Amino acid sequence: MDDIPPYPPIDPTTFDLIVIGTGLPESIIAAAASTASKSVLHLDPNPFYGSHFSSLPLADLPSFLSSHSTSPSPPRSPSSDDPNEFSLLEFATRPLYSSIDISTFSPNLDQHSRKFNLDVAGPRVLFCADKSIELLLRTGTNQYMEFKSVDATFVGDNKGNLWSVPDSRAAIFKDKSLGLVEKNKLMRFFKLVQGHLAGEQDVKISEEDLQSPFVDFLNKMGLPPKIKSFILYAIAMADYDQEDTGVCRDLLKTKDGIDQLALYNASIGRFQNASGAFLYPIYGQGELSQAFCRRAAVKGCLYVLRMPVTALLVDKDTGCYKGVRLASGQDIFSQKLILDPTFKVTLPLGSSPPLPLKEKLPFFSLKDDKGKIARGICITKTSLKPDISNFLVVYPPRSLFPEQVTSIRLLQIASNLAVCLPGMFVLYISALCNDDDQGKKLIHAVMNTLLTVPLDSESNAAVQSETAEIGSAVQDETSESSSGGPSDSGEEKPTLLWSALYSQELTLGQVDFICSTPMPDGKLNYNDLIDTTFKIFQEIYPEEEFFPETSLENPEVDGDASPET
Amino acid sequence: MHGRPRKAPKPEDEAASSAKAQKLRALQTQFFTFHHNKIYTKEAVELSAKLLEINPESYTAWNYRKLAVEHYLNLPDCNPDSIKSVLDDELRVVENALRQNFKSYGAWHHRKWVLSKGHSSIDNELRLLDKFQKADSRNFHAWNYRRYVAESMKRSEQDELKYAEDMIYTNFSNYSAWHNRSVLLSALFEKKAGGFLLKEKVLPEEYEFIHQAIFTDPDDQSGWFYHLWLLDQTVTTDSPLLASSWPGHGSDVLLVGDRCYNGSAFSPFSALHSDSGSFPIVLYFNQPVGGVNSSTVTVECGFNKNEDLFWKPLSASNSQTAQVWVAHLKVPSSDLHSTVEVSVGHSKGIISTRGFVYSHPSMFSFKVHVQPMERDSSQVSVAENISLREENFKVYGTQSEESIIDSFDQLIIKNGHETTASNWRFEALAKEIECFRELLSLVDCKIGKLTLARLLKAYDAMSYPFANKLVHSEEVLELYSDLMKLDPTHYQFYKDEHSIVLLQKVTSSKESLLQHCFQYKDSASSAICDPICLRLNNLSLSRMGAFEKLLWVQMLDLSHNELQSIEGLEAMQLLSCLSLRNNKLRSLTTLEPLRKLKSLRILDISYNQIGDQSIDTTRYVCSSPLSHSVGSELNRDETVTSDVALINNWEAFFIFKDFNLNQLDIVGNTIADEKFKSVLVKIMPKLKQLDGKLLD
Repeated sequence: MDDIPPYPPIDPTTFDLIVIGTGLPESIIAAAASTASKSVLHLDPNPFYGSHFSSLPLADLPSFLSSHSTSPSPPRSPSSDDPNEFSLLEFATRPLYSSIDISTFSPNLDQHSRKFNLDVAGPRVLFCADKSIELLLRTGTNQYMEFKSVDATFVGDNKGNLWSVPDSRAAIFKDKSLGLVEKNKLMRFFKLVQGHLAGEQDVKISEEDLQSPFVDFLNKMGLPPKIKSFILYAIAMADYDQEDTGVCRDLLKTKDGIDQLALYNASIGRFQNASGAFLYPIYGQGELSQAFCRRAAVKGCLYVLRMPVTALLVDKDTGCYKGVRLASGQDIFSQKLILDPTFKVTLPLGSSPPLPLKEKLPFFSLKDDKGKIARGICITKTSLKPDISNFLVVYPPRSLFPEQVTSIRLLQIASNLAVCLPGMFVLYISALCNDDDQGKKLIHAVMNTLLTVPLDSESNAAVQSETAEIGSAVQDETSESSSGGPSDSGEEKPTLLWSALYSQELTLGQVDFICSTPMPDGKLNYNDLIDTTFKIFQEIYPEEEFFPETSLENPEVDGDASPET
Repeated sequence: MHGRPRKAPKPEDEAASSAKAQKLRALQTQFFTFHHNKIYTKEAVELSAKLLEINPESYTAWNYRKLAVEHYLNLPDCNPDSIKSVLDDELRVVENALRQNFKSYGAWHHRKWVLSKGHSSIDNELRLLDKFQKADSRNFHAWNYRRYVAESMKRSEQDELKYAEDMIYTNFSNYSAWHNRSVLLSALFEKKAGGFLLKEKVLPEEYEFIHQAIFTDPDDQSGWFYHLWLLDQTVTTDSPLLASSWPGHGSDVLLVGDRCYNGSAFSPFSALHSDSGSFPIVLYFNQPVGGVNSSTVTVECGFNKNEDLFWKPLSASNSQTAQVWVAHLKVPSSDLHSTVEVSVGHSKGIISTRGFVYSHPSMFSFKVHVQPMERDSSQVSVAENISLREENFKVYGTQSEESIIDSFDQLIIKNGHETTASNWRFEALAKEIECFRELLSLVDCKIGKLTLARLLKAYDAMSYPFANKLVHSEEVLELYSDLMKLDPTHYQFYKDEHSIVLLQKVTSSKESLLQHCFQYKDSASSAICDPICLRLNNLSLSRMGAFEKLLWVQMLDLSHNELQSIEGLEAMQLLSCLSLRNNKLRSLTTLEPLRKLKSLRILDISYNQIGDQSIDTTRYVCSSPLSHSVGSELNRDETVTSDVALINNWEAFFIFKDFNLNQLDIVGNTIADEKFKSVLVKIMPKLKQLDGKLLD
């Protein structure tokens, strides 16, 4: 990143808004501001779009992760005494990824590095009826993208079984694992929720119930544990163990649980050729950021990639933001600035900031979310489940080992979505965790349950030793299949070809006179990120509408949004 | 396609449709000119295509195209290529028309017609069907056509079954798909195809399958329909069986010229008064059959030749199939003691309406004792006046009980043929009963209750020959009572079912039947003996049933019920005295079953609702519109056309002209004014007493 090609100077030098980083929130804001006729300069130090939301070639992913894993270098010589009227505040990068662990078991994958589009922030999908789809349709951004359906959701157990989630009437009917009484109870629960949402008088859920924990409500409805687990973790996508208030940081209320169910329900069958509730973009999630950048560019946003920024220009007297200094040495001015969460402003050593700035400084550092998120990317040559290639698997809390307090989600995406070499599969795994060790344990638990990890690699030793810590059931399973014996299902587990494991910091968006966008969160879709993005936009442009309705360019959006089959 | 709200047309839509109509009218005028002049030029044919694309319902245009195709195919220079292109054109026109309206009968029919000319391929047709069935998975036109294509192109039932199953898995709320499944399975059962040889193997799996749908969504009715079909497959034995007969096996029939003989040695179920010199033999099958005649049923007796016997079907329809068949055996007027042997089905020929052969030959025999007339009948008959009033009945005496107990078992025929083979039927029903009890414990569901009632009833019916009682009848009655309250829209249906179950319960045991048997004893009567009257009054019956156990009844009191119909009563051939007083009969045509009762002498239809409604709706709810015979023979009757009063009361004429009544009570009906009564007297010259008044 240090080799900056010579750039012609940017003209003009003053903009309404400068956006640094092309992650999804930044790209949406750039598009929204451009649509609101603001002049926008969109910069990214990387040579690709998407920042922490990008999809990268196989070889580029490790380097991207490690470039964001080191602590910031100490600022260079104090430069606050610029001859002109500005103070210079240097940018530093924040370490966002840690415990990066790349294992290669198939040496020739690197040769085809560019055939891979690996999501940095996986697993992630779009619900067919969620806010991201609405935003894509409303802004016409869908015309730059194509989607395919994620065909099913399964719930996994520690034996390696994948149980399909009866998430619709047809699925309940077809399900082989539920008993007749369970089917009836589940369908009646769905009908109750549907009736409640439709505002039918006789099936209204009481306000008291709506405010109570969702898990209590499910108990009240007499749903058996298996169904409860399906609803809580595979449909409502709860992150934490809802039945253990000691560890649950995010206890789902009935009201919110029902909203999640409504979203899921509205997603199924929304598009005729999408069988499941979710969509995944062809070429990976990075396409989303890129599509919004294109959308912004159409509205006049200026794009400069491979352009690091070095410092913030602050008014010497007022401490107010004025502009940024680019790596090319050019100073660009704007009224507003949006920063990628990578960056933070460091103060020159030994100097005290200008008085007005002092008050604002505490806000400069991003608010850290509690905990981290562990992510894993695995590449295999066979599908985890025969006859189906794109699907989601949820491991509810305690399903793999007793100390598992968060649900682990896994998304398998096949080469028909142009994310890997033909015939291969990419598995994205993630789980919320308190620290790196806990995170690793969670990801390894899933890998050991589902995959055969070859023994001939040195990094494999790490995986194997981790296994020892995990519940004995998992250990047995692994040793059995690695010794060549048939697994429970009678089918060979897919062999791991390549994996990348890492922990990512969770940071929330920050709204101040300099705004920072959030890092990818631990959710499965973009709903919360889009909410935050909308808030940031409102904060910087309170008088502007966020993509006004008139910006609709393609009247037949619905048809365009439907995924390919 | 379903459940979409209808929008009110906007003004611009109306304008568009009137413009369309204008265009259509012009096209149509032009088209008719071509059609009438038999012009089949390219332009003319294309015009019809244009017309059909706008309006696929124009069947004249479809017929014109058929003529045009015939015309082209008969041209001298016709070759395979030109045939192909003509037929391809037709297929294309049909497809375009279907795109306009995929529920067009004319278009689908035309496609069948084109296919019958031997063109197109199964792949082609299945592709087209897939498209239409995806657009609307329940479209029964497409499903019908699919069956036609599959059959004519020899696609295997197994493949089609798989297709229907996939459709069901996509959305199980699909009447057409379930129906298709039942059709395909029936075909496979019939063919005895591999894996479908044994119903007992296939049906439990089907039950398991349909449970998934019913439990998932008990409110969806499509699954229930399939369940009903399965239940029918489980309960109904393929080949028809003889359920009961009169006279019963091993019984003694005493025939007296004038009235019944008061001998305790003879059962009341088999003593008979006969003034016509003959008595009926009634065969009651468990399902409608055809082909009953003197070669399939042989009657061996010393006094009648088998060949002379004429077997008549007893049914409301004019068809030659019926559940009940009757033949009249002539008896000599001298003293006689003879044994009669009846064998049914020893030579093949009795076939059920569903096409199954009567394959369990059975035989029954009885003794006939004839006592010649002792007195002049006319003298007694005039004085006779039977009045079914309470004080005239007394509980059937214990002294006679012995004979009833002996003969009760003769009322029905026990068929041992199927018992060993039908264990799986019991098991299937028992499992279903358990399953639906569980469902009802989860949800309160009307159709679940109805199904449970049906299952219990079927189970009882199946186990009756062994258990000799109906174990679940109380529960079934309760379920139907419940349903009447829960679902008032179908009150009458539940009421009818309730009535039938109640009647089955009453006739299920000697004890319960005895409670309804009374001795008629009119103090004023000069009768020597006291006839037995079956009193089923005050039971709030809306329908009659259990006929197979009531073939012996000669005197029946159905007064103070809620009968709207007496369908099936024609089976009770011995009936001579019937009270339908205080019921809800609404028209004379409801009395039609009585026309077949040749022994009926005394009828009480007073205090009903005959004539309340000026339009006789029962005429339109008969079992089959084609079967209805009222009026069909009327025009041939010259006596009617000459009499104005009779023409105005042609229904009365039609019903009563065949009656042989001595005594009729009709008071308390709107229709029964003095004028009408005078018409009745005219129709029935033999009538001796009307509304209690002796006639001259």
